[in-house]
Amino acid sequence: MTENKFSSIKPRMTKTESLVEASRCLFCHDAPCIRACPTSIDVPMFIRQIMTHNVKGAAKTIFTQNILGKSCAHVCPTEVLCEGACVYNHLNERPINIGRLQACATDWAIENNICFFKKGLPTNKKIAVVGGGPAGLACAHRLTVLGHDVVVYEANEKAGGLNTYGVAPYKYTNKDSLQEVNYISEIGFEIKTNTPVNNAMIHELEKKYDAIFLGTGLGKSKKLNVSGENLKGVCGASEFIYELRKKEQKISVGEKVIVLGGGNTAIDAAVESSKLGADVTVIYRRSEKEQNAYFFEVELAKKNNVKFIYLASPLEILGKETTEGLKCIKNKLEKKNGSKKSEIIPIKDSEFVIPCNMVILATGQEKMINFYSSIPDLELNNGKILVNNFFQTKNPKYFAGGDCINGGKEVVNAVADGRDAACGIHEYLMKGKFNG
Amino acid sequence: MADLKTNFAGIECPNPFWLASAPPTNTGYQVMNAFCAGWGGAVWKTLGKPVVNVSSRYSAVSYKNSRMIGLNNIELITDRPLEINLKEMKEVKERFPKHALIASMMFETKEEWQDCVKRCEDIGIDGFELNFGCPHGMCERGMGSAVGQNPDVCERITSWVTEVAKKPVIVKLTPNVTDITKPALAAQRGGAKAVSLINTINSVTGINIDTMEPNPSVGGLSTHGGYCGPAVKPIALNMLSEVRNHPDFHLPVSGIGGIESWQDAVEFFLMGASTVQVCTAVMHYGFRIIGDLKEGLNDYLDSHKMKKVSDLTGIAAKKLRKWEELDLNYKIIAHISPDTCIGCQLCYAACEDGAHQSITLVPGVRVPKIKEDTCVGCNLCSLVCPVENCITMVPAGAGKPKLVWADHPKNPNQLKSYKSLT
Repeated sequence: MTENKFSSIKPRMTKTESLVEASRCLFCHDAPCIRACPTSIDVPMFIRQIMTHNVKGAAKTIFTQNILGKSCAHVCPTEVLCEGACVYNHLNERPINIGRLQACATDWAIENNICFFKKGLPTNKKIAVVGGGPAGLACAHRLTVLGHDVVVYEANEKAGGLNTYGVAPYKYTNKDSLQEVNYISEIGFEIKTNTPVNNAMIHELEKKYDAIFLGTGLGKSKKLNVSGENLKGVCGASEFIYELRKKEQKISVGEKVIVLGGGNTAIDAAVESSKLGADVTVIYRRSEKEQNAYFFEVELAKKNNVKFIYLASPLEILGKETTEGLKCIKNKLEKKNGSKKSEIIPIKDSEFVIPCNMVILATGQEKMINFYSSIPDLELNNGKILVNNFFQTKNPKYFAGGDCINGGKEVVNAVADGRDAACGIHEYLMKGKFNG
Repeated sequence: MADLKTNFAGIECPNPFWLASAPPTNTGYQVMNAFCAGWGGAVWKTLGKPVVNVSSRYSAVSYKNSRMIGLNNIELITDRPLEINLKEMKEVKERFPKHALIASMMFETKEEWQDCVKRCEDIGIDGFELNFGCPHGMCERGMGSAVGQNPDVCERITSWVTEVAKKPVIVKLTPNVTDITKPALAAQRGGAKAVSLINTINSVTGINIDTMEPNPSVGGLSTHGGYCGPAVKPIALNMLSEVRNHPDFHLPVSGIGGIESWQDAVEFFLMGASTVQVCTAVMHYGFRIIGDLKEGLNDYLDSHKMKKVSDLTGIAAKKLRKWEELDLNYKIIAHISPDTCIGCQLCYAACEDGAHQSITLVPGVRVPKIKEDTCVGCNLCSLVCPVENCITMVPAGAGKPKLVWADHPKNPNQLKSYKSLT
């Protein structure tokens, strides 16, 4: 039952389906889908290769730009990226199903273990990659192609980052993610799992390695700072999804679950709770049109019977030991002169209580400021690591990419960062460029 | 409502849509089903001396999402006994007296040809079609296209049949010749009342690159076949025009070659056909496509205020001329509608790499721009554009008098006028 509920929402295409869909592609010149892809995959080319039964060539085209092309095929919000840019949208025709076509080629290559890259001629340079998520893996892979010796340090039991512990399981499974990690690392870099890099260890690494790439992602879920937050039944969304992924969906949720937040993480947590049997309500302090979640994610949630309450903020989580309810207040929005975003004004005497057994906080994640402060000269902006065009931080030995520099974007953005940071590190180590 | 009733070389039929001599007219069962569905006539699968067919008989060309845009066959004439065919033809004629039933024939000797003519007329068929077209199997035995490719033999055998036949004789021509008017005129001299064209084109549809065997494979070997289906229509239309526009040719023509829709049929009528014959479309979709063929043709005639199919015959053929007769002062240039353009820039790639570098891109803008001063009006951009009516070819440089090549200053021969060419 659970297994079935969590089956992929984008099932694999049959060969016929893929050929029919690939045949629809117009093969645009300077195609908008390429421009919309953060990793600039040559989409019309790989689709043409699928059409000519050259699936191997298609996989090579994809992996050349994006070694995590498989997870991106499954988890990318294609509706707002490549498929959103497809010229068919201007014809009121369904855009090409680029994500599922990409999955056809990349799934095939990984299942058949067809590798397109090998380690480059040795440079005798050693690089440490901190974090085995999409940014770290993409960086480690490209560095290895360039001939460097790379070790990836991963805090968790398994690598893959959000692909393993963070995305919804109906988009990408643990098995998929780990198979992908093996496929990528087979080129010849080491992944040390269960090896968190703490403040002391970073200095050890600095002595041992010629350069360090930080792909640490984001920290724990943010606290609300309301009373009752320590009650049983209150948890952060990223921690909730982490547990769910780690235990392969074999966890229990409360009968009535409230998810706080308006982003895609809130939607993931809500849909997953609903699939686990809970009655789920999402509460967001602003209006529907202001929420950060993609419209198609909100649609998915509604299809899964998730209810939404807009313009309400939490005041207090009620209960003795365990969560029994959530006290909220209604909001109104007021536009102030000069400011882009309207201000949230609580409406007097509008408090209300919703009974619940579980409150999931999806109101953002902490930045790892404490860890960052242990690295000399690292400059931050609003908790995000500052980098130049080569993904180099103010400390020339350190490079960074992914959520820790952008504050939390898609897997595909992290892959692009990691890949390009590898090129930056290569330039720095081989040509001594941009000496800090 | 227009009247689709047609008289073709003296053969009456309720509409001009006939089934070509081919697998769909193999049996009485099929032909009766076809007439029930609404087809106006049928040319029976070619009668002849006994043959044996191979297993694996067809292969096809598919393009992207379109299956079978071209079909190739290595099947021979009917492999059923003549007696059974004649018995079933008689039953069909009795049940459908107003429909055209044509006997297609292919024999070797004069006696065999003439004997079959008599036996067919005894059971009441409406006409004959002489199969001088089959490009495979039978031609190696001196029949089929071996006849159609030799005007003298074509004329002689036609005259054997017309000598004894009381019903009209149609000669079916092969396209596997350099000049189709030669056998057409030979058939006319031999006393034929009409010709039909085209039969199938010599073809090898493809090779299985895994087994390295050409298609269709018969136990690892193959043989060239006859090509038909939508892919051959342009070739058929051209050959039809050549026959139709020959000053010495006066017979009606039954058009064949890739007809699938009523528009295709209208094109054949406009190019000079009086009836059309269909095979591949029925092999692909079945007899029921006839409903749309008839309705579409009827509506087309009504919308052009025409009463009968023959009002269409040959209108476009008159507009097909030698290149020398075209106006060199006629000038069009491409125009891209920015409102409907979807920004695929296929027109840019086509013009830049495949034509005259007359489309440019403006940085940051998806809609390409036409360089009007260098555009030669070739149509390529409008042909590759996936959006209907987005790229139109608009007249430019209007008002100049007609100028043909003979009078053109760049013509090295400096001929005074085109007339001196002819």
